[in-house]
Amino acid sequence: MSKPRRILPGFHLSLGIALVYVSIILLLPLGSLVGQLADLSWARYWSIITDPRNLASYRITVLSAALASLFNMLFGLLCAWVLVRYTFPGKRILDALMDLPFALPTAVAGITISTLYASQGAIGQWLGFKVAYSWLGIVVAMAFTSVPFVVRTVQPVLEELPASVDEAAITLGASNAYAFRRVILPFIWPALLTGTGLAFARSLGEYGAVIFVAGNMPYKTEVTSLMVVTRLQEFDYPAAAAIASVVLIASLLLLLVINIYQARFFRRIHGNQHV
Amino acid sequence: MQRVGDSLPVKWTLIVLALVLTALVLVVPLIEIVRQALAGGVGELLDNLTNTYTLSAIWLTLLIAVITVPLNVLFGTVLAWLVTRFRFLGRRLLQTLIDIPFAVSPVIAGLVYLLLYGRNGWLGQWLAGYDIQLMFAWPGMVLVTLFVTSPFVARELIPLMQAQGRQEEEAAVSLGARGAQLFYRITLPNIRSGLIYGAILTNARAMGEFGAVSVVSGMINGVTISLPLQVEQLYQDYNTVGSFVSALLLAMLAVLTLVIKGLLEWLAERRQQRHSKVAEDV
Repeated sequence: MSKPRRILPGFHLSLGIALVYVSIILLLPLGSLVGQLADLSWARYWSIITDPRNLASYRITVLSAALASLFNMLFGLLCAWVLVRYTFPGKRILDALMDLPFALPTAVAGITISTLYASQGAIGQWLGFKVAYSWLGIVVAMAFTSVPFVVRTVQPVLEELPASVDEAAITLGASNAYAFRRVILPFIWPALLTGTGLAFARSLGEYGAVIFVAGNMPYKTEVTSLMVVTRLQEFDYPAAAAIASVVLIASLLLLLVINIYQARFFRRIHGNQHV
Repeated sequence: MQRVGDSLPVKWTLIVLALVLTALVLVVPLIEIVRQALAGGVGELLDNLTNTYTLSAIWLTLLIAVITVPLNVLFGTVLAWLVTRFRFLGRRLLQTLIDIPFAVSPVIAGLVYLLLYGRNGWLGQWLAGYDIQLMFAWPGMVLVTLFVTSPFVARELIPLMQAQGRQEEEAAVSLGARGAQLFYRITLPNIRSGLIYGAILTNARAMGEFGAVSVVSGMINGVTISLPLQVEQLYQDYNTVGSFVSALLLAMLAVLTLVIKGLLEWLAERRQQRHSKVAEDV
């Protein structure tokens, strides 16, 4: 076997830099988590991660993240549709605003949502129910921080949909609603699901925005990432590491599923072409 | 020819609905930040802005960004060059690894650094022997920020460089271009907008990171409190105006980031239109 010839320069240099950097910044720190976990006995690990207070935090985190993602699925689809299909004054601003939650620090989002939705707040005073310092506040904070995911995954796919497709559906007598449900929705469905999945994954780990709004009552409004910080502040590093491993495994698995799903979908669409 | 959703009532209902919801979800919070920061009048805003603690928080925030952004721009560019210009064993794995910071909760990012460099950590103990303490000090905050922002530039560049292919660079090499010349003359002009965009995203996140930084900061007044941490500290102390003044600074940075991003996209669109027009004329 002959050595592959590389025409472009810099292979060894860039490989060296990348490996050193990835090792120092990524692998070594993540390895220390594994190291910390290895010091724990299985029984102790199990008793930490199934502690009732932690179990309650998983339930709260997953349920709130699911609701927030559901909101973003609908809101994101609406915004992507409006941005791709129509022209109207202020469109550029609307488009730019969609990225605001990524650009705005989560702590800023947190205190602002908390102030807005407090019972005396600008929005909270008009609502008949409690949002800030209840689990609804967690949902609002998670929904805010993950707005861009659905919009930005659906938008490019919707742009790719040829005009002839829905024109054909309408010419053949389909109503708007029917054509949307049977022709357009199946086309954008994988992107919609991917975006929602990414929003969900982000919400699972959200900390900054949530802690200001949640009220952080044990068993009621504590999210899992807060449990990690609480244990850290007590210098109980093994417990913090154990809880963190649950979050980490959940989000990595989720990402893996999303990636596999996406790859399958792209193979289906681009089938025989070389992409 | 009519497309789905083109009838005027449907169209305007959807547009108005999207605008109203966006206003509620995204614009109202922005207005609230300004309103709260100005709640005590302009004088109080300026007082809060110029007090020693705020100034040191601004300084620390800038320091973190000044170290993080160039390092991660360099790393992102090198990584993108590596995975788009060469095929080698482990290329896929490297690409997956670099995405991990996106999947990891910021709190966990802080935790793993604490485990490694903290007093009981492998490296922390060794460094303590030389009297070097990284955690609960600004170097630790820089390190976690490096972790959190490491994928941004590479993620912008990889799809871009993959789409462009390596023909231009190979042609340049066959014509005798050397490393640096090749990069500055051929590669850089092609990836400039992606690189700028990646850099401003890195910058926005570096200045705004909260979760990861709060875990390793130790919250020493005037020393290890960056702007996002100051937002939290003042808010917990019931100094709402002070908290929102720092928040306003960060919100202005966020809006500026969006404006630059919009401008870059607009320029790219215009360039593309000009190119396709030239192609038509030919």
